[in-house]
Amino acid sequence: MKISIASGKGGTGKTTIATNLAITLAQRGKDVTYVDCDVEEPNGHLFLKPEIKKKEPVPVLIPNVDLEKCTFCGECAKACEYNAIAVLKDKVMVFPSLCHSCGGCYWICPEKAIYEIPRTIGVISSGDGDGLTFYEGRLNIGEALSPPVTKALKKAVPESEVVVIDAPPGTSCPVIEAINGTDFVILVTEPTPFGLNDLKLAVGMVRKMHIPFGVVINRSDIGDKGVEEYCQAEDINILMKILFNRKIAEAYSKGELVSLVNSGLLGNLYELYETIISKVNHDGTRDSKR
Amino acid sequence: MTELVIVSGKGGTGKTSLAGSLAVLSQEKVLVDCDVDAADLHLILQHKIRESTEFIASSRASIVQEKCTACGLCLDYCRFDAIKHEPDSDSPNGERYWIDELACDGCGICPRFCPEEAIDFKETVSGEWFLSETSYGPLVHARLGIAQSNSGKLVSLLRKEAKSLAVEKQLDLIIVDGPPGIGCPVIASITGAGFILIVTEPSLSAFHDMERLWELARHFGIPAGLCINKYDINPELTARIETFAQDKKIVMLGKIAYDPVVTKAQVAGTTFVEYTHNGVSAQVKVLWNNLQNALQTVQSNKMEFET
Repeated sequence: MKISIASGKGGTGKTTIATNLAITLAQRGKDVTYVDCDVEEPNGHLFLKPEIKKKEPVPVLIPNVDLEKCTFCGECAKACEYNAIAVLKDKVMVFPSLCHSCGGCYWICPEKAIYEIPRTIGVISSGDGDGLTFYEGRLNIGEALSPPVTKALKKAVPESEVVVIDAPPGTSCPVIEAINGTDFVILVTEPTPFGLNDLKLAVGMVRKMHIPFGVVINRSDIGDKGVEEYCQAEDINILMKILFNRKIAEAYSKGELVSLVNSGLLGNLYELYETIISKVNHDGTRDSKR
Repeated sequence: MTELVIVSGKGGTGKTSLAGSLAVLSQEKVLVDCDVDAADLHLILQHKIRESTEFIASSRASIVQEKCTACGLCLDYCRFDAIKHEPDSDSPNGERYWIDELACDGCGICPRFCPEEAIDFKETVSGEWFLSETSYGPLVHARLGIAQSNSGKLVSLLRKEAKSLAVEKQLDLIIVDGPPGIGCPVIASITGAGFILIVTEPSLSAFHDMERLWELARHFGIPAGLCINKYDINPELTARIETFAQDKKIVMLGKIAYDPVVTKAQVAGTTFVEYTHNGVSAQVKVLWNNLQNALQTVQSNKMEFET
């Protein structure tokens, strides 16, 4: 069972839900892996405080040109959709940060003057914390492209009974890479105009990806009724509402897991998990009947 | 002309609420919302869209079923696992190939190598960008299409449009509401900018993310100032962040208290500086004064450097 926690808007409580859900399930004896896919700004480690046992670099391939063989024909630059390679009169410039590692220049070069070399753009860390397995991807500072790190991270994660994926904010490629292939998405939002606007975008994304999802409304007593009315109108399941409590904000600010300090504040996360399981199984049987 | 970019690393620290209030306090400027994934600034600035333009940044591959012989060569060339295939009894080849549009990166390699020329490679619309009018000046913003890539290119486009607008209208300041994170859209938002305002809050997460963002700013050589939002949530951590700023020579520009009035203003569709006149509103005015001084210092340093 792979559950991802995502949101259009940042700061709605993704990491709070993801870490507390993971620890709650681990305490109930589940075999849980928590995966921090917010590779630009991973924060899960601050709460789960894992003992890191392994660190592996994430390489991507970039072109390197053999100038002995190169005839400066410019075919590689013409083929590159990312403007990552430029051919001058007697030199070829590669812009590693623009390269998407598609391999196009390597295949297209008529002189076979291009070969590919690895370049590290991030790190995958893994270890244990409080009865669960911990994985984190971390993009190196100054690198633009996070999806290759997320992709490598998800490949590295071992099979487990429950995989909890903590996604980055937004609705574009880094999020898609994170939630792709998961069984269920929890969209965390808050009942404000910003929360609603970004929830609509996130719902558009998960619907386009055909992943079953539900909404958790965090700080449900601030703001207005817009999010609830929208969910009702769109027939979207509200899985849980969490009331605002300064104690949650304070625990969060210190890197404490709320479910360990005062389990009542976040509501019953095990029940949330059971709801999700029954939804996924229900959808599964419905799909197979079709 | 100075370009001020508001960023945070971590999402939800209050960038947009602050950007809205600064929009009200500042005189002549162009506003830009570079959080193209989830743009919200227009929601509190009573905007009217004047122009909207399709954003076309790249192409996507698609397989023409009538021409495809299911040879499978394209599979070898795709590094993005975008080419899918499954047995299909209706197809003359007994197998059907298609391209997963969400996985396709638009590299254009498979169409070049397809022996049957069965792969189309066409430009796609990745979103839309808008020029709006607000009570506080023009706003350039956008909406990236659902599940689209190219956010960095869209951000660069918005900044370019804002600059030409500023030149045309002879406006000296551009205020950019930036995206969260430190990746592609953030790099596109801050590269070449005059000054970045980092909005953080006293939580270990926000502090951690702010440190990474500051390193990114240093990497690109952009001067940075700091605002600690909701500073009273954890005074001890606020003090640690202030010490960090002092050590790293980041200009401390202001602190704003936690106040539910900020959310109330948002619900009312307005900025908090218009909604209330005390507390947070007074604090953001102090911030704006300090920020103006910082921008002037940056501007005069730049002129000194240029002459």
